Amino acid sequence: MTPVVELQGVTRTFDSTPPVEALKATNLVINQGDYISIVGPSGSGKSTMLNVLGLLDSPTEGTYLLDGTDISRLGERQSAGLRATKIGFVFQSFHLLSHRTATENVMLAELYSGRDRGGRKRRAVEALEKVSLGHRLDAYPPTMSGGERQRVAIARALAASPSLLLADEPTGNLDTVTSEAILQLFDDLHHAGLTIAVITHDLEVSQRAERVINIRDGVVTETTPVRS
Amino acid sequence: MTTELPPPLPPDAANPHPVTASSHLGIRDLLAESITALTARPARTLLTALGTVLGVAALVATLGLAKTAGNQIVGRFDELAATKVSVRPESGGFGSSDRQVSVIPWDAGDRLQRLNGVVSAGTKSDVDVGGDLARAVPVIDPLGQTAFQIPVLAVSSGTFGALRTTLDTGRIFDDGHDDRADNVVVLGTNAAQRLGVSRVDNSPAIFIGDQAFAVLGIISDTAREPDMLSAIILPNQTARTLYALTAPAEVHVEVDVGAAELIGTQAAIALAPNNPDRLRVSVPPSPRGVQNQVEDDVNALFLLLGGISLLVGAIGIANVTLVSVLERTGEIGLRRALGATPMQIARQFLTESASLGALSGLIGTSLGVLTTVIISATRDWTPVLDPWLPLVAPVIGAVIGLLAGVYPSVKAARMEPVQALRSF
Repeated sequence: MTPVVELQGVTRTFDSTPPVEALKATNLVINQGDYISIVGPSGSGKSTMLNVLGLLDSPTEGTYLLDGTDISRLGERQSAGLRATKIGFVFQSFHLLSHRTATENVMLAELYSGRDRGGRKRRAVEALEKVSLGHRLDAYPPTMSGGERQRVAIARALAASPSLLLADEPTGNLDTVTSEAILQLFDDLHHAGLTIAVITHDLEVSQRAERVINIRDGVVTETTPVRS
Repeated sequence: MTTELPPPLPPDAANPHPVTASSHLGIRDLLAESITALTARPARTLLTALGTVLGVAALVATLGLAKTAGNQIVGRFDELAATKVSVRPESGGFGSSDRQVSVIPWDAGDRLQRLNGVVSAGTKSDVDVGGDLARAVPVIDPLGQTAFQIPVLAVSSGTFGALRTTLDTGRIFDDGHDDRADNVVVLGTNAAQRLGVSRVDNSPAIFIGDQAFAVLGIISDTAREPDMLSAIILPNQTARTLYALTAPAEVHVEVDVGAAELIGTQAAIALAPNNPDRLRVSVPPSPRGVQNQVEDDVNALFLLLGGISLLVGAIGIANVTLVSVLERTGEIGLRRALGATPMQIARQFLTESASLGALSGLIGTSLGVLTTVIISATRDWTPVLDPWLPLVAPVIGAVIGLLAGVYPSVKAARMEPVQALRSF
C-alpha cells in the first residue's frame, strides 16, 4: 500500500548568510492510519517540517511523495489543489472567521477544492457532527469555548476528507481538561483510520501518538514511546 | 468524552478528486466571499465608501446641474432675438452700391413667406423724398410750424408682421394697395403726434411736399426696428412710383422658434438664387452654442472638484483595504492552507475593493441625482440628466475600487502562509 507521506532525503535550505539548513536529508515514511507526533524545541526545524508536509513550502533537495504523487513536479495551482483535498490543517490559534457561523467556517474547507457547491453545507454539518458539535451549527466563534472552537477547526480539516490531518500545536491555547478532550478526539479519529501528524513541543501531547519523531537542528530521529 | 464516529475514512476512496486536482475558486464563490467580507463590518464598509460616494455624487450632481442650468438658460433665452432673421446686401464687396441693392427682389417677402418656418417676412427701405416736408393740412399756417422733416420708409405688407408692430388705430395697407401703388400711408405713433393725426375714422390726409396721402392707420409699437415709430410708412410700389426707389434695402423675417438656423441657410438662396453669397444673413446665436458654453463653464470647475473627491475616495479605499489585509493576515494564511493560490487571494481582495467601489458609485449616483432634483425643485427648474450618467457612474466607482485594491491585493498575495498562520 502506498504510504501517505514519503520523504526521501528531503533538505530545506534557506538563502541567508550563512545559508541555514532547517531540514537535513530527512527520510520519513508515514503510512496510512499512522498517528505520529513531531517534537522538538523552538528553532529545531519543526515549522519547516510542517510547511514541507503541508505543501506550503517545497524542499530544496530530495523527493516528497504525497499519496504517491511527486509534489516537486506540480505547479502552484496543482499543489494548492492537493493542499485543498489531501491535507487538513489544525492550528494552535484555530483560525476561525469570527463573522461566520460554525457551519460557514467548516464550509470554507471546500472553497478552493473545486467540489460542487451543492452538498457543501450538508458535508459541513456532517463534519461538525463527527466532532460532537451538532448542537452548535449556527454558533459564532466568539460565543464558543476554546475547546469548541478547536473542534470546529478540526471539523473544517475533516470536511475535505483529507489523506493527512496536520495539527500544529493543537492544544497550545487550551487548558488541561479541554486539551484532554481534543486529544481524545484525535485518538478516536485515529482509531477510525485517519492518518494524523501532530507537531508539538508538549510531551503530554506527543506521548499520545504511536510514533514520535524528534527534530533537533534539522536532524530527524524516531523514538517509540513507552506505552503505559 | 466519547465521540460517535462514522466508518473509517479511507482517504482515497472518499476523495473523488484525481491526484492532480488543481486549486479552483468559482466566480460565485469569489463574489460570495467578497460580499460576506464587506457585510461582516457594515459600519467600516460604509465609512470606507464615503470618499468615493462623495466623489461620484459630486460628479453626477455637477454634470446634472450643469445640464439643468444650461437647459434653463436656453429656456429663458430671449425668444424675440431667437426668432429674428434679417438679410442685407453684402457690404464692402466689389462693384458700386446700386449693384448691391439690386440683389434683393421686390417680392422678397412673398418668396420667404413660402419657406417652412417663416411666420412673416417683408422688406424695409429708407425713402429719399428730396427734402420734402410732411404736413397734415393743405394750407401753410404762417403762425405756427405745421410742416416737418419726417423720415419716410417703404415696406411690404408682410413687414408689419415680421417686425411685430402693434396697430393703434385703423389698419395697415395690404398687397392690393402695394400692387396699385395707392397713395396711402401708415404712420408711426411719434410721426402721427407731430403731424397732429390722432384718429383715422374720418380719413385724414397728409402731404409730403405737395403729394397727398390717405392715412390708413397708426402703429403704436414695434418689437424691432424702432425707427418705424417716427416714420411715415409707404407701400413699396408707391415709393417706387413717386420717389424712384430702386430696390429694397433689407429684409426682415419672423421665424418660428428653433427655425432661425434653417432659415438662415435658406433665405439667401431663396432671395438670390444666382448669387446668394452677395447677401448677408443675420441669425441669432445658436441656443445650443449658448447651452454648451454654460455647461463648459460650470463643468470645468466642478468636475475638477469631483475628480479630487474621487482621488481622495480612492486613497481611502486603498488605505482601508491595506489595513484590512494586515488585520486579516491569519485569514489569508488559513485560505492558503485551505488550498488558495496567491492569485486567488489577490483576486478576492481585488473583488472586495471593486465591489466596495461599485457600491460607493451606486450610492454616490443616487445622491448626485437626488441633489440635482432637489436643487432644481428649489429653483423651479426642470431637472435634466444625460441618461448614460447614472449607468456610467457606478462603473467609475468600480474602476476606482479596482485600482485602489491593486497594491493591497499584491501585498496579500505575497504573504508567507506559515508566518501568516502563526501571526495570532
